[in-house]
Amino acid sequence: MEQAHGAGGTGPKQRAVEIGTALLTLLFGLIVLYGSYLVGVGWGPDGPQAGFFPFYISLIILGCSLINLVQGMREEDRTLFAEWGQLGQVLKVLIPSCIYVALVPFLGIYLPSVLLILVFMIWLGKYGWPLAMAVAFGVPAFFYITLERWFLIPLPKGPIEAMLGL
Amino acid sequence: MIAENFTYLYHGFGIASDPFNILLMVIGILLGVIIGVLPGLGGANGVAILLPLTFSMSPTSAIILLTCIYWGALFGGAITSVLFNIPGEPWSVATTFDGHPMARSGRAGEALTAAFTSSFVGAFFAIVMITLIAPLVAQFALQFGPAEKFAVYFLAFASFVGMSKEPPAKTIVSMMIGFALAAVGLDMVTGQLRLTFGITELLNGFDFLIAVIGLFGIGEILLTMEEGLEFRGKAAKIDPRVVWKTWKTLPRFWMTSLRSCIIGCWMGITPAGATPASFMSYGIAKRMSKNGKNFGNGEIEGVVAPETAAHAAGTAAMLPMLALGVPGSPTAAVLLGGLLIWGLQPGPMLFVEQAEFVWGLIASMYLGNIVGLILVLTTVPLFASILRIPFSIIAPVILVICAIGAYTVNNNVFDVLMMMVFGVLGYLLKKTNYPLAPLVLAIVLGDSAEEAFRQALLYSGGSLTVFWSNGLVSSIMGLGVVAGLWPLIAILFSKLRGHSAQPA
Repeated sequence: MEQAHGAGGTGPKQRAVEIGTALLTLLFGLIVLYGSYLVGVGWGPDGPQAGFFPFYISLIILGCSLINLVQGMREEDRTLFAEWGQLGQVLKVLIPSCIYVALVPFLGIYLPSVLLILVFMIWLGKYGWPLAMAVAFGVPAFFYITLERWFLIPLPKGPIEAMLGL
Repeated sequence: MIAENFTYLYHGFGIASDPFNILLMVIGILLGVIIGVLPGLGGANGVAILLPLTFSMSPTSAIILLTCIYWGALFGGAITSVLFNIPGEPWSVATTFDGHPMARSGRAGEALTAAFTSSFVGAFFAIVMITLIAPLVAQFALQFGPAEKFAVYFLAFASFVGMSKEPPAKTIVSMMIGFALAAVGLDMVTGQLRLTFGITELLNGFDFLIAVIGLFGIGEILLTMEEGLEFRGKAAKIDPRVVWKTWKTLPRFWMTSLRSCIIGCWMGITPAGATPASFMSYGIAKRMSKNGKNFGNGEIEGVVAPETAAHAAGTAAMLPMLALGVPGSPTAAVLLGGLLIWGLQPGPMLFVEQAEFVWGLIASMYLGNIVGLILVLTTVPLFASILRIPFSIIAPVILVICAIGAYTVNNNVFDVLMMMVFGVLGYLLKKTNYPLAPLVLAIVLGDSAEEAFRQALLYSGGSLTVFWSNGLVSSIMGLGVVAGLWPLIAILFSKLRGHSAQPA
């Protein structure tokens, strides 16, 4: 990871990401502050109200986020968060994974898993179809047998499984 | 009392050496080594994914399986470090410094034997310590009221701020995010919903298992992807001759071992964890050894020091979990979550109410580590071959395993989506040097810490003086304040000495 910083190429600056993260935690702190305020942050008839503890938590988050924000602005401007090429690599994994996770509620876990492994092996790994198909169907089948049959743990299923009567 | 404990321990060995439990140990160690070897799957994450599988087992069997996964993961990290120069776990980074140069010069077997044996020695030392000290700590902790309980949590979290090599403000933010996430959902005291903003999926709050799987599992895959990982490693053959030859040289480093054991135990109990323990031990060994200058070029002592400390720390992290209900590492936090799910209340009462469980567990630590040492020494080539499977096959399989793991926690597909959110968050936080361990510990301990805090305040009618009301609570709080302010104290010290201000 260390080599990534300032290693020739271009990409988003570490400084920008540091500031962005600090703003994100600041926003999170504000949400917690507001949420605690909604349920009461003071002393009720039966002791501290529900928002009492989170309220102080949110104050600490806000305070430390501000410190991080200032620290982030002081960060050297040249160091890179990652090169564009590296971020591209990350996105190549992130986007299929997000689509995968988004499909699970509708199609169950098996069909998206097959698709995910196929995409990875054929697109990223440049494998041939026969091996990719074998792994893509073999892995979910293994989980079906071990989890659903042996351990009796139901996994999410979709219309295809219903059609097959599984 | 000590004699009574030995009777319990003897009985514990009876439970742990039940054939079914031995089988679980073997399965656990093997799974753990796989988890430790694969990039993107760590101890905490692996245990979190497999936790739901144990819901149907007896708590003793379940925890034997899960702790053995933990031991296995600790062992597994060494294999990748030595053979491939890839630390599968953060605590095995220091092992690569000398382990990999040894492997490059054809001494892989020697390096691995030294690593495994040192791991075993470190773990064994920590288990003996747990056996002797944990019951005493637990008995002492029985006198704790809510204020003392909160003080212990405070100490645990303050140590993170003081010991972490990350900037204190980032450690605190990370920790507080964990506390805030733990607060989401039904408030147990007032029965009110808080921080849910009308989203029904948030009624039950954030499950720490989902957070662990996302932060450590998905986050790690994204990081690995960024590094464009390629596996090109050394072949490893371990034969009995090499093992025997290495074992004969190891007693020479008894001083390094002992020192590393002590460093490891200390860092494991104060929840600094295995990673800083391994670095610290390596650094000290380098300074103290007469071969110190040669460290980094394949010095066997440079493998012994970090491995011993990492395992002593990883094992010692179980002591505060069992005796106080405060886990010393993220993996111990996941195990603690497991105890809660199985209906056991971690903490001092565990030793009284569930003596059989506790001593069965402690006995299984002894046996598990012996089984582990034998297993890893015999199966290294097998695990090294796993690493030759390209990442484009392993990555989607790990993603599927993570998704299955996240789903099975509550049988809820919303959790799978949350896992992905935590994954991206984990990548972002890791890249910007926010430590993840305090976040996870805070999610696990948030409710108990808040409960202790509120109960203590109820006693005192809202006055914070309750945390300084007697010698016991004030000394724990005092230690916590010192631990939390340690970075500032260190700056002050170095200024007094006239050095430039360098935060420790």
